[in-house]
Amino acid sequence: MRSAALRRILRQLHWYIREFTGEAEYDRYRARLTDGPPPTRREYERMRARHREDQAHNRCC
Amino acid sequence: MLKTAQHRPRSVLLWTCVALLGAAGWGMVALARGEEISAVWLVIAALGSYAIAYRFYSRFIARRVLKLNDRRATPAERLEDGVDYQPTDRRILLGHHFAAIAGAGPLVGPVLAAQMGYLPGTIWIVVGVIFAGAVQDMVVLFLSMRRDGKSLGQMAREEIGKVGGAAALIAVFAIMIILLAVLALVVVNALAHSPWGTFSVAMTIPIAIFMGFYLRIVRPGRVTETSLIGVALLLLAIVGGGWVDNSPALASAFTWSPTTLVLCLAGYGFVASVLPVWMLLAPRDYLSTFMKVGTIALLAIGVLVAAPALKAEAITDFASSGAGPVFAGSLFPFLFITIACGALSGFHALVASGTTPKLIQKESQVRMIGYGAMLMESFVAVMALIAAAVLDPGLYYAMNAPAGLLGGTAESAAQAVANLGFSITPGELVAAAKAVEEQTLIARSGGAPTLAVGMSEIFSGVFGGAGMKAFWYHFAIMFEALFILTTVDAGTRVGRFMLQDMLGNIWKPIGRVNWKPGIWITSALVVAAWGYFLYAGATDPLGGINQLFPLFGIANQLLAAVALTVCTTVLVKSGRIRWAWVTGVPLVWVVAVTFTAGWQKIFSADPRVGFFAQRAKYADGIDSGTVLAPAKSMDDMHTVVTNSTVDGVLIALFLLLVATVIANATVVCVRSLRSPEPLPTTEAPYVESRIDATLPEPGRELAGTRE
Repeated sequence: MRSAALRRILRQLHWYIREFTGEAEYDRYRARLTDGPPPTRREYERMRARHREDQAHNRCC
Repeated sequence: MLKTAQHRPRSVLLWTCVALLGAAGWGMVALARGEEISAVWLVIAALGSYAIAYRFYSRFIARRVLKLNDRRATPAERLEDGVDYQPTDRRILLGHHFAAIAGAGPLVGPVLAAQMGYLPGTIWIVVGVIFAGAVQDMVVLFLSMRRDGKSLGQMAREEIGKVGGAAALIAVFAIMIILLAVLALVVVNALAHSPWGTFSVAMTIPIAIFMGFYLRIVRPGRVTETSLIGVALLLLAIVGGGWVDNSPALASAFTWSPTTLVLCLAGYGFVASVLPVWMLLAPRDYLSTFMKVGTIALLAIGVLVAAPALKAEAITDFASSGAGPVFAGSLFPFLFITIACGALSGFHALVASGTTPKLIQKESQVRMIGYGAMLMESFVAVMALIAAAVLDPGLYYAMNAPAGLLGGTAESAAQAVANLGFSITPGELVAAAKAVEEQTLIARSGGAPTLAVGMSEIFSGVFGGAGMKAFWYHFAIMFEALFILTTVDAGTRVGRFMLQDMLGNIWKPIGRVNWKPGIWITSALVVAAWGYFLYAGATDPLGGINQLFPLFGIANQLLAAVALTVCTTVLVKSGRIRWAWVTGVPLVWVVAVTFTAGWQKIFSADPRVGFFAQRAKYADGIDSGTVLAPAKSMDDMHTVVTNSTVDGVLIALFLLLVATVIANATVVCVRSLRSPEPLPTTEAPYVESRIDATLPEPGRELAGTRE
């Protein structure tokens, strides 16, 4: 019983970290693609990095 | 009829208990006199108040004032592109938004404000966040969300007018420059003549670059794994700092003067803002976020487990006399500009009108993300205040008074502290520095070293004992410097974008985001601008923090005035005059605070407060050929004259810009009230939402809802 609860907490933590860090985005992107072969992880991350170049993200003090 | 709390006995009982607990906390904090009380009471008072405010006041704002409507599609849903616009799970977005708003600000301000005692600061942090700070963040987030994620500057231009909009844009840019300079000054003061700190903070740069290449080439997209490696290397860098400190040759190589550190920081800021984001900025951001969340959690556990007693007085004499050595001026208005982040921070309006509104899945989540994240930041500020208040007051003043007052030796500092009405022996001062393995703790102003000593006190009480004090001290310094450097490099980039945008109107090529010379020129201009103030602060004979921190506070709160003006104008224009007090009252308050503070900084006849009185005093000294302490030479005298002139003119300029925005907004509000037809607003039209937050549609995935 206790180990099931622990497993659930760990699963939720894993989910949160993957979402928070953006690691889950690649899977989502691949799932959304309807035509053409999906980009590899490396290609996808480069695409994201290029996009981030033009974005200004403010960080507060 | 809706089932509300009033109709449910269990809910009434629960909230009555929360209210009683909060009231008990406040009672203990406010009524204890002449005896030390436990910091836990402060935590209980704050948490009780936050719970009540979130449950009742934020719900009132959400339902009555903003009328959040979950049937209305958010821009994340309407414009979803999987990149910029994307419905995101509210818990994930809360984390992102909190990481973006919380930085060194809520840690530094409360530490400096502790010179007035812990009580005024705590009351302002808690009351300020409930009625002003969290309200501003929530309403700006809402307005930007209803306008497809527009920035504060754009909203000011479109809702107030061209003049107000242009003034707001210039004000935002100028204020950001001062903010970056003062934050960088905190790092300079923390690292000057500290080989341990300098080495470990310098190591964050190669660590971040390593992480950048690792993520790019070896393990694309594995952010968690890379961040864990980064954090491990960071801890190693802190331990390595200890080895550097113990090696005479290495220690002298890493003992840098404030001027050297200024040049290094400016160089770093420039390089970081022109390098590709993946190489330095993004990995630093991951590292900083991981450290932020981890350390704040540690601090909360530390405060609750160690339950340290508060050694500072509840209210000191400096609150009424205004003669405090850390910053001059009386409680009103200077306490309210010294503690900005944590109570009310205008800078948050820039974050709340940036990325976050484009990711909100449902309108009602504005409450949790806007109001809730700010309450969390406020709690960080309360913990910082606790860390400062657990220190012996004698040590606090020996660390935070300006060097000119304290002199260079333990004896002179002990004497100066005694003159202020507190006591610490030279031996105790030397021992305190030795405990954290620093050469000296005298005149280490800026808040970061004080917080670090306070944190090392709390942490070593829970983990590792007295032997770990030096490690925890440098851990805290590293964590603050990491935050600040992340803000400095991100802020320089944001400043560059703003400058490119403004200059692009005059000369097209410079506005192009991918034209390299344009990027270099504008980055250099932004770095030169904050670098100038940083250099002036680091070399100011009167103490840079003492001189510049009020400028920083006034600037940040003026930005809040601009944001609250935009909020109030839109409430009036959209026919919600009845509720305009929700943002109108904090607006009046922040205008009263900033304009009184600004007025005093410009016109006060007291040279410790008024920049122009200070200028006149030192100019007279130059004319009569007398060197006035704490200046040591005629060059110092000239420096004081130049700095006080620049600072005074700058405050006048800020006030003028913000007064323009408010005047223009008043005209718009009056016109709106007189007009029989509602004035046009730029709110995006209503579109029915197709997302059911409780029951995701089959085949449709929201960011952050995958298991």
